[in-house]
Amino acid sequence: MAVEYIYPDYEIVRDYDRCIVCRVCERQCANEAHEYLSDKNKMVADNAKCVNCHRCVSLCPTRALKIVKSDHTFKENANWTGKSIKEIYKQAGSGGVLLSSMGNPENYPVYFDKILLNASQVTNPSIDPLREPMETRVYLGAKPERIERDEKGRLINNLKPQLKLSMPVMFSAMSYGSISYNAHESLARAATELGILYNTGEGGLHEDFYKYGKNTIVQVASGRFGVHKKYLESSAAIEIKMGQGAKPGIGGHLPGTKVGEDISKTRMIPVGTDAISPAPHHDIYSIEDLRQLVYSLKEATGYTKPVIVKIAAVHNVALIASGIARSGADIIAIDGFRGGTGAAPTRIRDHVGIPIELALASVDQRLRDEGIRNNVSIVVAGSIRSSADVVKAVALGADAVYIGTAALIALGCHLCRSCHTGKCNWGIATQREDLVKRLNPNLGYKRLVNLMNAWKHEIKEMMGGMGINSIESLKGNRLMLRGVGLNEKELQILGIKHAGE
Amino acid sequence: MKRVYVNEKWCLGCHLCEYYCAFASTNEKDMARALKDIRIHPRIRIEEKDGISFAVSCRHCDEPLCVKGCITGALTRKDGIITIDRNRCIGCYTCILSCPFGAVSPSEDGAIQKCELCIKTAGGTPKCVEGCPNGAIVFEERGE
Repeated sequence: MAVEYIYPDYEIVRDYDRCIVCRVCERQCANEAHEYLSDKNKMVADNAKCVNCHRCVSLCPTRALKIVKSDHTFKENANWTGKSIKEIYKQAGSGGVLLSSMGNPENYPVYFDKILLNASQVTNPSIDPLREPMETRVYLGAKPERIERDEKGRLINNLKPQLKLSMPVMFSAMSYGSISYNAHESLARAATELGILYNTGEGGLHEDFYKYGKNTIVQVASGRFGVHKKYLESSAAIEIKMGQGAKPGIGGHLPGTKVGEDISKTRMIPVGTDAISPAPHHDIYSIEDLRQLVYSLKEATGYTKPVIVKIAAVHNVALIASGIARSGADIIAIDGFRGGTGAAPTRIRDHVGIPIELALASVDQRLRDEGIRNNVSIVVAGSIRSSADVVKAVALGADAVYIGTAALIALGCHLCRSCHTGKCNWGIATQREDLVKRLNPNLGYKRLVNLMNAWKHEIKEMMGGMGINSIESLKGNRLMLRGVGLNEKELQILGIKHAGE
Repeated sequence: MKRVYVNEKWCLGCHLCEYYCAFASTNEKDMARALKDIRIHPRIRIEEKDGISFAVSCRHCDEPLCVKGCITGALTRKDGIITIDRNRCIGCYTCILSCPFGAVSPSEDGAIQKCELCIKTAGGTPKCVEGCPNGAIVFEERGE
């Protein structure tokens, strides 16, 4: 194009004193940002192609590269930011919907960062987790309402199927298709080793991964991709996906270019066809309809496994959750507006949904008020970034959390948010064979195991500090939380006091 | 005995092993200073064609043809590792001709060079193994 409206966002800075022209940057960049000039024996770069994924920076053996934000600027304007202007240029050029990946990056409040944890001093002893037992195990599923006995007074086991987790963290739904085979294998193997669960997402389950079934949650989404009897039976639990935090109210779209032989088989659709998940489930227009699907799935699997219903955190989430808790579902998963995605329309991702902290607090409170909290376990997702977020979420009322983005970061993701291009340089969000092989699951699963073990240590330390030796005693224990810089309304919704109170 | 093994399934063809190998044989602490503006002569080489790539270096054979063919006794096998005595090598290149893997090559000064598992330089783990970003080159015991 004769007129280039957009100046590159990033600049690739090369220290020519350190560059040994090994060309690893050139070989490893799927965006072809680096080029070797053979006549000059010199590397050069095209900033416009850089997505700031740090693959070249991480592999450069002499640390000759860095990526900096361009200081090229528009005339300063607090209203018309450079971002707004560039987006208009893009749309004026393409006529299309803007696409984005990963979670909402905009400057909305992060309530986890405005909540502080308690610790014991003097009057109540803290616990040293290295010296005393500390329990992080949780069970997810509906809990019995009452003790039942038979005519001889013996206890009747009326416990519905439960999921046992060694710690209150699971890997959230990411489909085979949105992420690579090797990423899936890493998640499955890590979940198995850790005694937690991972989630297939809506893309079906590759036949190689049935052996990890005991640690697998299989998803039934609006497209019903890859759903069949063996799929349901092989799992530990079944999740009905009603919504996703990154794109509440809309469906999914895996472009046909990504639907190769393997994915076509797994999703049960022809090679090269677009995999379109409709926005709604076309058979669910009410809680009663949802109940039918919940019980269809339970019937199909002989009432042996819990059914999860996953929804996006939206304005009336507490009411919806109340309905779900009465639908026969065993677990409600709520995905906040920061949740990740392989591709979503930018406007949806950045402007729809509500923060998970507020959604969690209001759902937990509502279910308690209605006396149905024990009908379901609550799992929350949507940007759980650290063990501190896990502890705060549990204290706000969650039984467990899902992590997606954090798990991908452990696998090498640098949050360049270019998943939708399908050219992930880290072998995660791509189906290109040469890129997929960059993620070696033998190394990847260990990094996930390390991350989770590190978090488990930290969770124990924080619990110990509060004088709590079991995650069950922390659950819904909002007295352990205090807000900082929050207004009355926010504190009221979160159900916590302000620091100093 | 621990050997260097290569898995082409995970080789990305990034050629970093070659640079770490070349760096290992210098006495510099800094790779940029060691390899700036020079043409490297690594003892490990990436072979690649049609999207398949893998690294090739000395297999340290149990019955090494290079050692058998060496007319001066410069190549010897000790504790399973085949090493070169550069003072004895006269550069006849019989070993280069006889190695079925193409793992022996001429060096800059006339003597031959080959992988010696970094025992003379880095010590411990071979540098190609340490430097591989994807675990495609491993140093392990696999039984004879």
